[in-house]
Amino acid sequence: MSVEASPYRAHVVRDRVLSAASLGVLLLFLWYADSHFSPYSIRILNVTAIFIILAVSYNLINGVTGQFSLEPNAFLALGAYTSAILTLTPAEKARTFIIEPMIWPLSDIAVSFPVSLVAAGLVTAFMAFLMAIPVFRVRGDYLAIVTLGLGEVIQVLANNLVPVTNGSLGLKGLHPYTNLWWAWGTCIFTVICIVRLVNSSYGRAMKAVREDETAAEAMGINAFWTKTLAFTLSGFFEGLAGGLLAHLITTISPSLFTFFFTFNLLIIIVVGGLGSTTGSVIAAVLFSLGGEWLRAVEEPFTIFGYTYSGVPGMRMVIFSVILILVMLFARQGLMGRNEFTWQGFFEWTRGLAAKIRRQE
Amino acid sequence: MNYEALVQHLMFGVTLGCLYGLVAIGYTMVYGVLRLINFAHGDLLMVSAYIAFFGIAMFHLPWPVSFAGSVVLTGLLGILIDRGAYKPLRTSPRISALITAIGLSFLLENLALVIIGGRPKSFPMPSPFDGVFVARGIHVPYLSLWVIGITGVLLVIVLLIVHRTRVGMAMRALSRDVETVRLMGVDADRVISFTFVLGSALAAAGGMMWCMKYPALEPFMGVIPGLKAFVAAVLGGIGNVAGAALGGLLLGLAEILIVAIKPEWSGYRDAIAFGVLIAILLTRPTGILGEELPE
Amino acid sequence: MSLALLETQGLSVTFGGLKALNGLDLQLHQGELIGLIGPNGAGKTTAFNAITGRVRPTKGRVLFQGQEITAWRPYRTARIGIARTFQNIRLYDDLTVLENVMVASHCSIRYSFVEAIVGLGRFRSDEQKIREKAEQLLRLMGLIHAAGEKASSLPYGGQQKLEMARALALEPKLLLLDEPVAGMNPMETREFGELLRRIHLDLRLTILLIEHDMRFVMGVCQKIKVIDHGAPIAWGNPEEIQKNPKVIAAYLGDNG
Repeated sequence: MSVEASPYRAHVVRDRVLSAASLGVLLLFLWYADSHFSPYSIRILNVTAIFIILAVSYNLINGVTGQFSLEPNAFLALGAYTSAILTLTPAEKARTFIIEPMIWPLSDIAVSFPVSLVAAGLVTAFMAFLMAIPVFRVRGDYLAIVTLGLGEVIQVLANNLVPVTNGSLGLKGLHPYTNLWWAWGTCIFTVICIVRLVNSSYGRAMKAVREDETAAEAMGINAFWTKTLAFTLSGFFEGLAGGLLAHLITTISPSLFTFFFTFNLLIIIVVGGLGSTTGSVIAAVLFSLGGEWLRAVEEPFTIFGYTYSGVPGMRMVIFSVILILVMLFARQGLMGRNEFTWQGFFEWTRGLAAKIRRQE
Repeated sequence: MNYEALVQHLMFGVTLGCLYGLVAIGYTMVYGVLRLINFAHGDLLMVSAYIAFFGIAMFHLPWPVSFAGSVVLTGLLGILIDRGAYKPLRTSPRISALITAIGLSFLLENLALVIIGGRPKSFPMPSPFDGVFVARGIHVPYLSLWVIGITGVLLVIVLLIVHRTRVGMAMRALSRDVETVRLMGVDADRVISFTFVLGSALAAAGGMMWCMKYPALEPFMGVIPGLKAFVAAVLGGIGNVAGAALGGLLLGLAEILIVAIKPEWSGYRDAIAFGVLIAILLTRPTGILGEELPE
Repeated sequence: MSLALLETQGLSVTFGGLKALNGLDLQLHQGELIGLIGPNGAGKTTAFNAITGRVRPTKGRVLFQGQEITAWRPYRTARIGIARTFQNIRLYDDLTVLENVMVASHCSIRYSFVEAIVGLGRFRSDEQKIREKAEQLLRLMGLIHAAGEKASSLPYGGQQKLEMARALALEPKLLLLDEPVAGMNPMETREFGELLRRIHLDLRLTILLIEHDMRFVMGVCQKIKVIDHGAPIAWGNPEEIQKNPKVIAAYLGDNG
């Protein structure tokens, strides 16, 4: 019946070609960066990739499904520890665990980096699933407090389960496996998975739950499973990000995974536009690059002869004010709930060109 | 454990439980009327303690003046928070208010860090709170008696307000149905403001006593007590004032007694509340005294 | 004697001491179009909520095709074949008109979330089918021109039609309509009546309808159940109901 050129199906081939070409350009850029950029710049690029993974998966539960959660620091920690414990060799473990020896069989296991990443994702996803059952079975708004509490508990466990985590000393001397290819490969994989999921019936069900849970259930959607799926998948990808982070900074300890991480991600997804994967990606990039610059406010500098001595906490004050102001006055953020499409992109550039011409 | 030690631990548990309870009442009341987890509530503990601290240490005010001032100012801050940050979002999706609440909590903590600095300050204990008496081998700090006494009095006052006054009735009605409240001819916003004042004032009382018990004042001191107080509110039945006090008491007792019985678990003390939370959600999500809140 | 499609036996709901619904007995057979009427606060919407599992009945039973479905969760009653609309329209405001309808097909998909991510297996054919069905329903409701718009941008009447399209996308055996013509002008109401009759006949759909517009109810329904203060007071065809003194008293009481 509906063979006629439907507006949704136009330009499928063109869009595919363009997407593949952009991916190619990104890979070329990474290949160039890998051999020409300074270690500092490469590190920032790696951090950017990790932030994109985190933001996009955090947005899946908070923005797309509309369930307010504060899990990233907890899941990041879980992924980082899982992956780190698995890649250290038995000899390294024996050297690192000086307070108490590591328990068997963990002490004898060593796997390759990719396997440890997958394990990190699965362990975190399983944890997310376990959290989802008590929370989503009753009242979703406890999710925030449960995940906030989980973040604290993970720190308590990391400090006290010495035979597994080496306590407050943390794990040192991890191999710097995380390079541009692993970080950006995982990042692209995550973004593609989540975009495809959001564009499927599962994604529509998640959005329906966000918009009106009662109406979603009246249409045969099991809200409990839908939320659980979103949360578990978020957990999986955040676990991957944790594994990447551990092998980027090579030293992890319980105090690393504080709530600050979660707060930064919350700002990213809110500024990007809650519910927009595109917005999460853009805001994550802006944040990783701009965050370096903002670090300046906490360090001393001189302006117009006035010496500013740098105030710890100032950056967070600015961030909290930004978050509150965006929530109060610009809730749609950068992208609202819109996603990038090539069609939209062309229309936007055409509009922009027309505007410039008018001004001339 | 012998008899004296048990009584001793029970007393410490009750003291801690009263503090959780005081903070939990504010959480539960705000959640009752707005269905909002007011993340900034725990930080009011910190704010009130700093106000009282500066009143005594900097302005050399007598402690009762300083304490009263702290209660009043914290109450006002409560209204300010509601009017400035939550009221504009009443008709927005709930997630917006929750995000703003987290933002506010972070703002308060980091403002304190910027203005006052992160180095812990020790809270000056006014003399009536200082000291211990020993009865039958049990050490009773005066502070514990104060905490238990003040909590008891405040709880009775709050229960009277909630159950016997018009504004209290409006508060309870608001938790069920906004329409009814409008029909009663009550200004819902004023009721909400009153809820914030009352809850914040209680948090202030809790905050100052917390600081005398654990005298290290620092910008993030409200986070953990806030989290636990919320768990206490859920345990007692969210929306229920007496339940919040009861939940606080049980949580305080559980923490002290578990560590007393198994000292080697003391490192996990902060995880107990979390275990309790998961256990309630799995078994009785409405809490001990709670009833199902309508949608 | 054929088995009733939907049967309620003494269905009762109590809210904090208040009897919102008291002993509703109702029998709907395949292909019937029945009206459920009563003054404000009579418990009509509560009856819908109790049937679909949005509220838990305090007493009584709900049977669907002879199977007990009392207190089933709403998504289960929806999956077994009961679709509903809401009195105060509940669309997914931020989704497009087309997506709103497509959501209702979620329980009919056969692909798993892994297939959705990989894009293999039944994903593509199922999506195609869902989209075509949704487009067809939008055409039926005269909303196809707005398929790409946000649901919240539709005018009131359009939103009501969209709710109906969404409910039909569930391919239900029973359709519960909660005040479908409220807020429509007489012209729109008449058109909607036509549409309803067509759907009823073409799809051989069984429909239970709550409505305040008496002329509309009398015009389209074959039989009518009247309830007041939570309890049933009358049952019959439109003429009988119009003459029933109890019904007249109930409505006069409501107005006076």
